[in-house]
Amino acid sequence: MPGPVLRQSGGVTTEQVRLRAPRHQVSRKSITLWTLHAVIGWTVVLLPQLIVLLFVDSPPTWQLTAAVVTGVLAVAHTVVMPRWRFRVHRWESTPVAVYTLTGWLSQEWRIAPVSRIQTVDTKRGPLQQLLGLSTVTVTTASAAGPVHIEGLDHESAVRLADELTTTTDATPGDAT
Amino acid sequence: MTAPEFPSAPELLEAEPVLEWHRLDLRMLIVRPLNELLGLIPVLVGLIVLGGGDKWRIAMSGGVIVLVVLFGLLSWFTTRYRITDEQVELHTGLLVRKRLAVPRDRIRTVDLTSKLGHRLFGLSAIRVGTGQHEKAGENGGVTLDAVSAREAERLRQLLLDRARLVPVSLDPAAPPRERSTLLAKFDPRWLRFAPLTVSGLVAVGGTFGVLMNYAQEFDLRRSAFSGLHDVFEWVTNAPLVLTIAVLLGVVLVLAVIASLLVYVVQFWGYRLTREDDGTLRVRRGLLTTRSVSVDEDRLRGVEVQEPLLLRLGRGARATAVATGLGTKGESSLLLPPAPIAEAHRVAHEVLHVAESPTRAPLRRHPLVALRRRVVRAVLPVLVLAGVLALVAPSWTWQAALALLPFAALMGWDRYRALGHALTERYLVARSGSALRETVALQRSGIIGWRVSQSFFQRRAGLATVSATTAAGDGVYHVIDVDAEAGLLLADEAVPDLLRPFLVRGDG
Repeated sequence: MPGPVLRQSGGVTTEQVRLRAPRHQVSRKSITLWTLHAVIGWTVVLLPQLIVLLFVDSPPTWQLTAAVVTGVLAVAHTVVMPRWRFRVHRWESTPVAVYTLTGWLSQEWRIAPVSRIQTVDTKRGPLQQLLGLSTVTVTTASAAGPVHIEGLDHESAVRLADELTTTTDATPGDAT
Repeated sequence: MTAPEFPSAPELLEAEPVLEWHRLDLRMLIVRPLNELLGLIPVLVGLIVLGGGDKWRIAMSGGVIVLVVLFGLLSWFTTRYRITDEQVELHTGLLVRKRLAVPRDRIRTVDLTSKLGHRLFGLSAIRVGTGQHEKAGENGGVTLDAVSAREAERLRQLLLDRARLVPVSLDPAAPPRERSTLLAKFDPRWLRFAPLTVSGLVAVGGTFGVLMNYAQEFDLRRSAFSGLHDVFEWVTNAPLVLTIAVLLGVVLVLAVIASLLVYVVQFWGYRLTREDDGTLRVRRGLLTTRSVSVDEDRLRGVEVQEPLLLRLGRGARATAVATGLGTKGESSLLLPPAPIAEAHRVAHEVLHVAESPTRAPLRRHPLVALRRRVVRAVLPVLVLAGVLALVAPSWTWQAALALLPFAALMGWDRYRALGHALTERYLVARSGSALRETVALQRSGIIGWRVSQSFFQRRAGLATVSATTAAGDGVYHVIDVDAEAGLLLADEAVPDLLRPFLVRGDG
């Protein structure tokens, strides 16, 4: 997969400075996780509409249209989003910094220097446990700066957390 | 009834000398209820005058007053504090015993507040803030309400004096020091900026709401005020346009008066000083006086804020970007609404630099950003008009369309605000139309980067580069900067952090 393109100048290709993709991909099982998330989300929106349609004798056209549009959007989103996300989501941890890329339509790169890390947590939601996935969250002193690495399998999550904790402990200062 | 006797736990042996516990000032017994009563006066007046002496209501308010006094007594008996070498300890509460301890090396701010009642008796409430991000309504630090003003001043110096540059006596009888450099002080001419704040309108709105509440409660037509009655009659009978015009005029005049009052009450006696123990101190207030001290070591920058109206009047206010202080709260205020030049001057004084970074010439963002700003301003109006056209009478969507030029203008103004610069020690970023904010953030205070690109930003070659920091809002954005320029900016601002992840290539 090519690195994220920061700029598409009209026809002229110049030497552009851009962020390279982080080294590691997340676990392939993440696709299933995101698909499940999407299915749950869309069910919440679709189910009430379907129930209404079932119990109303002759539903007005706008109600039918709304339900059809929602259904099409739901299928498209559920099929496209997880795969697109999987191609985008990447992470990397160096002795100096933790570096992630997340998103699909909108994408975000986050960089947190190891010297400023305050806590390293691993978390598993119910769906994640089912799939054997973990999220590693790295927080800094900034309220807005946590770096989440979603979709790691258990072992690599624990290993990464241990590694980061060890390097962080070795760094003096209160990280503000 | 006698309690069964349990063997008592062995006494804990403390290695350090046991320091004396202090109680709050005894005068607080009078002051607390007094402050509560001052707050209740409008309600009491309302009940007695407009209520026509409803006995039940008066009895109710009497009961409330008794409860308030009792509560004050209890909290005095149960509250104790002491300051050891390591921490500030506070024990409080009767039913729920609370023991709070704040390590002294975590103290970032000390905030003294004297309400009117406090001032009559020479008291002051002192709040010790830690560097944690305190959520609204949640009391993150320790508050002592109240101690004598002298004790408060001693505590303020003692608690902020981590570095022990100047020894502070632990003895309560020692006189407080008073050595400081004045950086800025209240100027009556600043009052011209008061009507350009929305505080007046808010005050008028609030008062009107309360009055309407009473009016409904006590039935305006039967009230004792015949003047009000006449006004009410006139409003119901006069033509609509005239009523609206008169109403607008009245609201405007009242709002101007109220804003002047609010400004004077909040900012009278404003003084910004640098104390000899390395703290910045803001003192202000006519009735309730406040004094906020910020440890200068914790200062990570300054933000100059220009709300639209204030900007039209060439005014601005300044706030501190410091760890342990949000920028939206009142306590980070460095300068009340004042001439913009004054705001830049305060920034330069506070930051110890020859020229304020907030005045640095900014690099404009690419013209594509203008398209994005305008689209984002105009689109919601178009959607609104579309929805209204479907479901509401036709004049509503026409009215919505009439807003379009203003929306476009706002988008253009937002684009004009965008800009960034890098000075020797500061990253400067500006954005916003309704509230234009220029932040100067210490480059060494940046503890991470976020670079985000929406689908449309990616197509336009733009990005939003955000610096995260422990201070103030926690993150400051350089919005819609040219993607490459933004990355180079981030790379230059904090050397070596971004470098390993940057590559040259033709994408």
